[in-house]
Amino acid sequence: MRRRNWSIPYAIFLLVFVVVPLILIVAYAFTDEEGAFTLGNFRKFMMHPEAINTFIYSIGIAMITTILCLVLGYPAAYILSQKQFKTSKTMVVLFILPMWVNILIRTLATVALFDFLKLPLGEGALVFGMVYNFLPFMIYPIYNTLQKMDQSLIEAAQDLGANPMKVFTKVVLPLSMPGIFSGILMVFMPTVSTFAIAELLTMNNIKLFGTTVQENIYNGMWNYGAALSLIMLLLIAIMSLFSNEENNAQNESGGVI
Amino acid sequence: MQQTNFIIEVQNVSKYFGEKVALDNINLSVKKGEFVTILGPSGCGKTTLLRLIAGFQTASEGEIRISGQEITQTPPHQRPVNTVFQKYALFPHLNVFDNIAFGLKLKKLPSSIIEKKVKGALKMVGMTDYELRDVDSLSGGQQQRVAIARAIVNNPEVLLLDEPLAALDLKMRKDMQMELKELHKSLGVTFVYVTHDQEEALTLSDTIVVMSEGKIQQIGTPIDIYNEPINAFVADFIGESNILNGVMVKDKLVSFAGQEFECVDEGFGENMPIDVVVRPEDIYIFDPSDAAQLTGKVTSCIFKGVHYEMLVQTTTGYELMVQDYNYFEAGREVGLLVKPFDIHVMKKERTCNTFEGRLVDENHVEFLGQEFECMPVKDIEPGATVKVEVDFGRVILQDNEEDGMLTGDVNFILYKGDHYHLTVRSDWDEDVYVDTNDVWDDGDRVGITIAAEDIRVMQ
Repeated sequence: MRRRNWSIPYAIFLLVFVVVPLILIVAYAFTDEEGAFTLGNFRKFMMHPEAINTFIYSIGIAMITTILCLVLGYPAAYILSQKQFKTSKTMVVLFILPMWVNILIRTLATVALFDFLKLPLGEGALVFGMVYNFLPFMIYPIYNTLQKMDQSLIEAAQDLGANPMKVFTKVVLPLSMPGIFSGILMVFMPTVSTFAIAELLTMNNIKLFGTTVQENIYNGMWNYGAALSLIMLLLIAIMSLFSNEENNAQNESGGVI
Repeated sequence: MQQTNFIIEVQNVSKYFGEKVALDNINLSVKKGEFVTILGPSGCGKTTLLRLIAGFQTASEGEIRISGQEITQTPPHQRPVNTVFQKYALFPHLNVFDNIAFGLKLKKLPSSIIEKKVKGALKMVGMTDYELRDVDSLSGGQQQRVAIARAIVNNPEVLLLDEPLAALDLKMRKDMQMELKELHKSLGVTFVYVTHDQEEALTLSDTIVVMSEGKIQQIGTPIDIYNEPINAFVADFIGESNILNGVMVKDKLVSFAGQEFECVDEGFGENMPIDVVVRPEDIYIFDPSDAAQLTGKVTSCIFKGVHYEMLVQTTTGYELMVQDYNYFEAGREVGLLVKPFDIHVMKKERTCNTFEGRLVDENHVEFLGQEFECMPVKDIEPGATVKVEVDFGRVILQDNEEDGMLTGDVNFILYKGDHYHLTVRSDWDEDVYVDTNDVWDDGDRVGITIAAEDIRVMQ
């Protein structure tokens, strides 16, 4: 048996669980309940201020989450990549550990924590929960690029007269851009489409776009739900295209994606 | 200020990495405009010394001055030196121009001056019109030129070069050596160059600093280092050489390889054990005749391009390497002759192993972190600190490390014509010197055994 044949099971899996559902989403999005072609589902989205508001709100929350993750995650990744931690992976594992715990368990724990501290659930809790859940996805790719960075580049910058601040802005930061883009992608994309975290952390008071999609599908409005999904997919696709281009321009591997 | 025409002064500098001594009390002065090469095998501390001068590491002890200014604790970005790194360390996110302009932009020079200087530096390294190229698209040699341009464009007082040519192929390396020498001449800047390649050091330098095991072995001009090596290590490391045990019979008369030779050295005393160095190109080889001081048989002959390299087994039982333009095939009987001024005599660093130890009881002595049985010791109190001597030839090495009383790694091998002189670094971190006829390899892990009757205990 030739080696390429070994990929057949995976190809079948992809076909059944990724390609066919995608085709179905597109098919449903452009048809009405009778199965006739229509753009009505998209028109409905455009005419429906509530849906558009949710959409914009979701993007806003995702952007805030991503920015907070970046602001918190970069220094953490930077510290982890320093010499004294390089030898022991313990600290890295401690930071990455939450990634291995089920997202629902983490979110339920956050709810319990807020209850215990008598803090109100709502927008603040939502952003906290998202940042808490997705921070490791920001730290890891940045840590990866920083850790692989050639130490002699930093020495070369020092040698040419750069003080520690300049070394960071002129060399370390530009060279860690691939990791930053990877991190942004890995945080932004799942946060846009999240709904379980929002439900649990806001007692269902704040609706995110993911929730809207889920509600529509749940209530049997498959065609409209599919159209909303497609809009979200397009957004993510545009994001990742943009990010890929940036990555290529950097011509530096090290990111996770 | 009592200074000085020395641009770099390194005084009593030591560097420790934890327990390990990387540099041991280094003293070095470099004159302005000199081309100094720090030469040594890998792990000898040469790169550490360079990094201390550049400021990437700080000395554990001692003082470093540049142009009379104490800079031991100064961070690298405030030192008037620039470095060319072994693996170039060009910034991959910048093009050639921005790489070279990096230091100038930090100094906030006007852009017209930056452009002029970058162009000048590129011209100097023969890379005109490469400004906008991506550094990843350049070959190794071109990257190295950019790295040199990036350093010299800042007009440093000292240019530090850390094995800059090590990654290039032989032909490229030779070309770059010549260019570096030209560059040094035209810039007039002090070069401190680190390499493990002795030929490179001999070609380029005004002064060579030979290092080994964190210590400076010898400082001198290439000619001095080659012709007058101070010890067996330097003689062995620089060029090919025959190093033999000998005895200085009296002034101007030395005995080695089972024969007495006239020489030019004096002042060693009478019947002193010494080391003799004879370069293989200084031995005359010819058909046996009355002129021959030694006779022997050629055991191998290899063509080396310019000359033949032959091994001759003398009738007195020594093996000598001889280089000559004439071909003497293996098996042929030959005569050998060495002229007096081609014999270089060196003081022996040691004639036997000496350890510091402690007498445990009448029959046991502790040294090298181990208790050894010894012949009964009478007039020394147990518990006293003692000196222990063991002859080189009396130390037994074993393949199987479990068989030894202690273990160590073969660290340095010197062929002495009829036997090998090994330096074995014991796990106690003290060196044990061994004379043996067995063949060992550098880095071999060995067991070490010393018999009771071979241990001499002294007050």
